[in-house]
Amino acid sequence: MSEAVSHDSHHDDHGPAKGITRWLFTTNHKDIGTLYLIFSLIMFFTGGAMALIIRAELFQPGLQFVDPHFFNQLTTMHALLMVFGAVMPAFVGLANWLLPMMIGAPDMALPRMNNWSFWILPFAFTMLISTLFMQGGGPAGGWTLYPPLVLQTGDAFPFMVFAIHLMGISSIMGSINVIVTILNMRAPGMTLLKMPLFVWTWLITAYLLLAVMPVLAGAVTMLLTDKYFGTGFFLGAAGGDPVLFQHIFWFFGHPEVYIMILPAFGIVSQIIPTFARKPLFGYEAMVYATATIAFLSFIVWAHHMFTSGMPIAGQMFFMFATMLIAIPTAVKVFNWTATMWRGEMTFETPMLFAVAFVILFTIGGFSGLMLAIVPADYQYHDTYFVVAHFHYVLVPGAVFSIMAATYYWLPKWTGKMYNETLGKTHFWLSTIGVNVLFFPQHFLGLAGMPRRIPDYAIQFADFNMVSSIGAFIFGFSQLFFVWVIVDCVRNGKQATSQVWEGAEGLEWTLPSPAPYHSFETAPEIK
Amino acid sequence: MFKGLWKPICATVAVLGLLALNPALAAWQLDMPVGVTTLSEMIRDLHREILIICTITAVVLFGVMGYALFAFRKSRGAKAATFSHNTTAEIIWTIIPIFVLIYMAVPSARGILEIEDAGNPDMTIKVTGYQWKWGYEYLDNGVSFFANLDELSAEAARLDSGIDVMDIKHYLRDVDNRMVVPVGKKVRILLTANDVIHSWWVPKLYIKKDAIPGFINEMWFTATETGVFRGQCTELCGRGHGYMPIVVEVVSEEDYAVWVIENGGESPTVSTTEISTDSSVAAL
Repeated sequence: MSEAVSHDSHHDDHGPAKGITRWLFTTNHKDIGTLYLIFSLIMFFTGGAMALIIRAELFQPGLQFVDPHFFNQLTTMHALLMVFGAVMPAFVGLANWLLPMMIGAPDMALPRMNNWSFWILPFAFTMLISTLFMQGGGPAGGWTLYPPLVLQTGDAFPFMVFAIHLMGISSIMGSINVIVTILNMRAPGMTLLKMPLFVWTWLITAYLLLAVMPVLAGAVTMLLTDKYFGTGFFLGAAGGDPVLFQHIFWFFGHPEVYIMILPAFGIVSQIIPTFARKPLFGYEAMVYATATIAFLSFIVWAHHMFTSGMPIAGQMFFMFATMLIAIPTAVKVFNWTATMWRGEMTFETPMLFAVAFVILFTIGGFSGLMLAIVPADYQYHDTYFVVAHFHYVLVPGAVFSIMAATYYWLPKWTGKMYNETLGKTHFWLSTIGVNVLFFPQHFLGLAGMPRRIPDYAIQFADFNMVSSIGAFIFGFSQLFFVWVIVDCVRNGKQATSQVWEGAEGLEWTLPSPAPYHSFETAPEIK
Repeated sequence: MFKGLWKPICATVAVLGLLALNPALAAWQLDMPVGVTTLSEMIRDLHREILIICTITAVVLFGVMGYALFAFRKSRGAKAATFSHNTTAEIIWTIIPIFVLIYMAVPSARGILEIEDAGNPDMTIKVTGYQWKWGYEYLDNGVSFFANLDELSAEAARLDSGIDVMDIKHYLRDVDNRMVVPVGKKVRILLTANDVIHSWWVPKLYIKKDAIPGFINEMWFTATETGVFRGQCTELCGRGHGYMPIVVEVVSEEDYAVWVIENGGESPTVSTTEISTDSSVAAL
């Protein structure tokens, strides 16, 4: 694997340490990537279990299982766990695993900070989840934390704020690491415009994280002082303004939603060319479109709050800016389609998830465009139409891309092939489930069902029942995902280093499984 | 293989069509309800228009994609081309969306101006959100009351109440005191809240705005027909968020005058509000 003599004298053992210390003290990008991915899977199932309780309660009208206050805790906690615990750490895990291999580096640039940024997370989420058992229950004001409601939280409040601070610190350290690694550790010859698209999208995402996580930290700190130290930033009676919080929150929150989708764009842009056996169409356009989306994400935040009573000029500005995002997004979708055009396609599981991503994410994009139209948004706002919209971009969007990435690179990580039949079964069950789950929610919202309610008027009964059935199909089919991974590790056949016939990129030049220190000698890029 | 698919596709379309059109199946409602105000048609048309644009784009895009997925398969003997860009195509598909967006942006902007024109109201009602009920004050005639969830719903809504809520006609959508307004009059609503943020929405009136403690928002509607229209709070406001419905009863001007007197109002006729119609409400 490596030479016995190393210039790094105190670090001559190039294999992993044994036992638990391997994971606790690891500075290796692959081990840390694995930790992130396993953590995110655990959070995905925890948050998913909460979603299933929500959908069970909403299966029919009337209150059957949980009381309204606990219902609100579930919706709040489900969102916080899925956003900060499942999707974001999954992308950081993928970045850890893949960036060094894709740019021809031995590891991440700042390995100790890498360790720390992961190990903060289990503590942050243990603390957050523990609030469910505190006096007054967990946070129940929605993941958007709008004051004054959030200030009515009981003992859980400071723990929630501190947990968010910790997640922010973790994200900031992770993004610094990504930026430093990409800018400094590329193999000779790999100019910026030769980087794989996953590297590009992560570079841009890291800058977004760096820009907005401190804003969230500021916002929750202001909440903390409002509750305990007599300030009144967000209290009308004290000269503050509750809507100010919404502006600050969404200044973070809108870039945040792109933080959860840009790496997905990168993943799909890696996978589709492989299985179309054809280079990515419009590489440079893809890079510029990603950068444009990132820039626009900073000037559209108030489209989340059109009903808060904004001045006319504000409504118009945010409507036009939001509509603009459709253009770079459309360019991306067209480019993926053009990549498939006149290709030589096969449909292994990663490709299936990637194609489903393009189609279903686009549906979420369409409803997003509809939501930008202010007069219509007055009707859509805070209804199930919005719930359907953001779940379409986050579940068959972000989550599907993470699954596609797992299937795509799993042979590289483990050195073994997964079972294609199982993978395809997982794909079809997930795709059918997710559409039965979320598509009817468009109709519910248009018909007038508000979001975040534990019980509803009887005219909403039918589609809620359909939606809940979809939720259970989707939820339980995720057990297949775990099965496929375990089966791959235990019984998988040895994978080749190329793995996929059409795969291109530095990671496929490494043996499978990839060596512990990816590239000890930097490859030369022509 | 497409011949075999034709029948199920037709059947699905027919079922969906029936669902959309048949009033007996109103529970499976697919689209926004038809509104009852002067602006509701404009808003619904905007919604329809953007929905149609999205649908057409989806059909074309997914059609092209579907053809590619079908035709360019390795199993059908497809051989990969090597092209990786086409400047003309890229410019065309960047420019077309720009024109589509401009086409949508103009009427939408006009719509905002119409919606925000709350000037010259015939009457003004101050609506206050509480955890968890609505307070109504008619500023022109002094009528004021609270609207709570009706007792029937409240009883049935308890955890394990044992009551089949499907038997309650307006479950969670009924109140003890309705907000009554005359038809054909411009009703201005001043919104605020007592504790946390709430949001006042009646789908068929096509207006929704947040009620924010310490601040006043305004909105308006002119109902074009009489009837009872229902909605509920749409901003998460705590435990009782799902239990603060809104019921608006639009009646004739005569019936309204009678209602005002019955409820202790000062003036039997609808008077013109004296309050400043300046669009800035901060002074209030």
